[in-house]
Amino acid sequence: MTSFWSGWVILLTTLTIVLITWVLFANRQRERRSGERTTGHEYDGIEELDNPLPAWWFWMFAITIIWGVAYLIVYPGLGNFPGLLGWTQIEQHDREVAAADEKFRAMRDRYLALPVEEIANDPALRKMGQRIFGNNCAQCHGADAKGSYGFPNLTDDDWIWGGSPDAIKATLINGRKAAMPPWEAILGDKGIAETTAYVLSLNGRDSDPAQVAAGETHFSTYCVACHGADGTGNPALGAPNLTNGIWLYGGSETQISHSLRVGRNGVMPAFEQTLSDDKIHILTAWVYGLSN
Amino acid sequence: MSDNKLIDVQELAPAEVAEIDLYQRREKIYTRKIEGFFQRIRLFTGWPLLLGYFLLPWLSWDGRQAVLFDLPERKFHILGLTFWPQDAPLLAFLLIISAYALFTVTVFAGRLWCGYSCPQTVWTSIFMWLEQKTEGSRNQRIKLDKAPWSLGKAAKKLAKHGSWLFVAFLTGMTFVGYFYPIRDLAYELATFSTGMWQIAWTVFFTLATYINAGWMREQVCKYMCPYARFQSVMFDRDTLIVSYDPQRGEQRGSRKRGADPKQLGLGDCIDCELCVQVCPTGIDIREGLQYECIGCALCIDACNSVMDKMNYPRGLISYTSEHQLEGGTTHWLRPRLIAYVAVLLVMVGVFTYTIFSRIPLEMTVIRDRTNLFVQTDAGEIDNIYTIHLVNMDESMHEFEISMTGLPQGQIIGDTLYTLNSGEVRELTLRVRAAPQTLERPSTEIVFEATSTDMPSLRAASESRFMKPL
Repeated sequence: MTSFWSGWVILLTTLTIVLITWVLFANRQRERRSGERTTGHEYDGIEELDNPLPAWWFWMFAITIIWGVAYLIVYPGLGNFPGLLGWTQIEQHDREVAAADEKFRAMRDRYLALPVEEIANDPALRKMGQRIFGNNCAQCHGADAKGSYGFPNLTDDDWIWGGSPDAIKATLINGRKAAMPPWEAILGDKGIAETTAYVLSLNGRDSDPAQVAAGETHFSTYCVACHGADGTGNPALGAPNLTNGIWLYGGSETQISHSLRVGRNGVMPAFEQTLSDDKIHILTAWVYGLSN
Repeated sequence: MSDNKLIDVQELAPAEVAEIDLYQRREKIYTRKIEGFFQRIRLFTGWPLLLGYFLLPWLSWDGRQAVLFDLPERKFHILGLTFWPQDAPLLAFLLIISAYALFTVTVFAGRLWCGYSCPQTVWTSIFMWLEQKTEGSRNQRIKLDKAPWSLGKAAKKLAKHGSWLFVAFLTGMTFVGYFYPIRDLAYELATFSTGMWQIAWTVFFTLATYINAGWMREQVCKYMCPYARFQSVMFDRDTLIVSYDPQRGEQRGSRKRGADPKQLGLGDCIDCELCVQVCPTGIDIREGLQYECIGCALCIDACNSVMDKMNYPRGLISYTSEHQLEGGTTHWLRPRLIAYVAVLLVMVGVFTYTIFSRIPLEMTVIRDRTNLFVQTDAGEIDNIYTIHLVNMDESMHEFEISMTGLPQGQIIGDTLYTLNSGEVRELTLRVRAAPQTLERPSTEIVFEATSTDMPSLRAASESRFMKPL
């Protein structure tokens, strides 16, 4: 808060407390004729008794006023004044996180020590993995992890960056950045069509043999460096297998040639900062267990 | 010539004007013990409630405590029924019915709840009984409080507060026993091994009982309870209230035994003030209906005992209605009361039916929204669904998931799931359809989960199937 607003808050708060205290004490003494028990007003023939408030009620008011003042001295509340105890929400949060970490440390260490295969077969731990997945991964990979356009299917045997537990874990920790360059400028429309035809032929799909032959030349010039001589891909580079009929960006002729034209730069975010190491370990096991 | 008039000069004594403090220590009320018809009735209303409160947590059912509100597990057991947090509307309904029943009874006979069943009354009676046993009768207690401190006085006070705290402790422990298994609690308290929360709440309820029933007593009824304040909204001229009959009683005044009151110009009230001495809220019922009166009928019993001694007919103070006091008769069946009872019966009926027709299966369907639909390589459309299935029954069941609304759609994924009792399962599946078979971009579909071993155990949930525009 700026000092003006801080001052305004302090002014209003102290004025209110003073006002409340005044109201409490100003109403103490009342002149009353003997035998009179009403306030003296009359509304449509209805009168109002004016009985004394029990002392315990008065003391409860007084105690709350004292408590309020003490609270504002000790804790923040009066504008920018931090309070004598120096309490902050952030510090409380950090303390609670540290306490929780400490409390769950034994459990976390136990999970981290288990091999991935064992976790993948434990129903309770699989449920944990499913919940972590649901909170962090399902937005892109789908609630059933079968993926969609641009987001890989995690339940099949096709792994763009490697399907071993270590590779999966590395993907989770560091994320991935795919780097397929655009080929429109270099190949031109004719070259794109020819390369597309060749890729289709690798999958046993109908294409014009002349185009396929020309495409093969382009492929061995430009594509084998990443996708391998036979087009089966290279997980170290994140180059997908082009021969197994599984298409991250669609398998129609139009979609394949579009991928060639514009390139692809798919991003998997890194979860090192978001998830603790035991959670990543359990998640790795769960993803691994989807296809093993 | 000037007129000389004699002006009457009235001597007016000035009324006393005093300054009063509007926060006053209340005067301590010393109630006098009395026997009587209505006090015996209170034994029959109070004791079953007390015994029920103290004994219910000790009952067992199916291997668990019969009545247990298990907060950490979020399961609330009442005998054979287990309620989940999703059943909270039932609790709200029950509370509404209870409040309504209270209003109905209030229209009929005023504050029967206060006088005969309210925990404040019941526990205060216990504490007053203990006070009588340790400190003596009314006059003895007044004398004791005025007397200077001595060993005898300290011993009596200690006995009283000690017995109060003991009863309060049992009360507090029993209350916690509704939320935490009472056998475990009793054992842990006896061996000083309770958890922090258990001992904290036990101490809290012990203190609350001790303060409310020992010290506050009528202050709760007079100042804290809202019922006292809105009772007059529910009374009508035919409501039974505890009332003094001024026609019969006035002029009040003492007279010799056997003298004819009418000859002395007196009514039946001998101004013995017994009705004031027995009143737990410290009022004089002869002043008329007051909000402090909790309808305990102690004044009725007190006055009747005096009427008996004087050989006058009973009923100078009695349960009567304004109508009757004016000389008419009480109309029992009046539109207001009939309407209240009718609505109450309907509500109770609906509530009972709802409880016994509860289906202990819950199903929610969440459709993936980040990708409205997914196109397969074959050109079909997939929608992804997360189904949240809760088996709230007491035994394990196998459930089959089915879908209606897409004549040529199919479920991709497992459709048979076995859930333990109390298990919550999240399962994902896809629904696949060819876009040509769908008329509109959004089609309403219904998922159903049916138990394979008990077909009556089924739940359904709506969702949508989306395809590209």
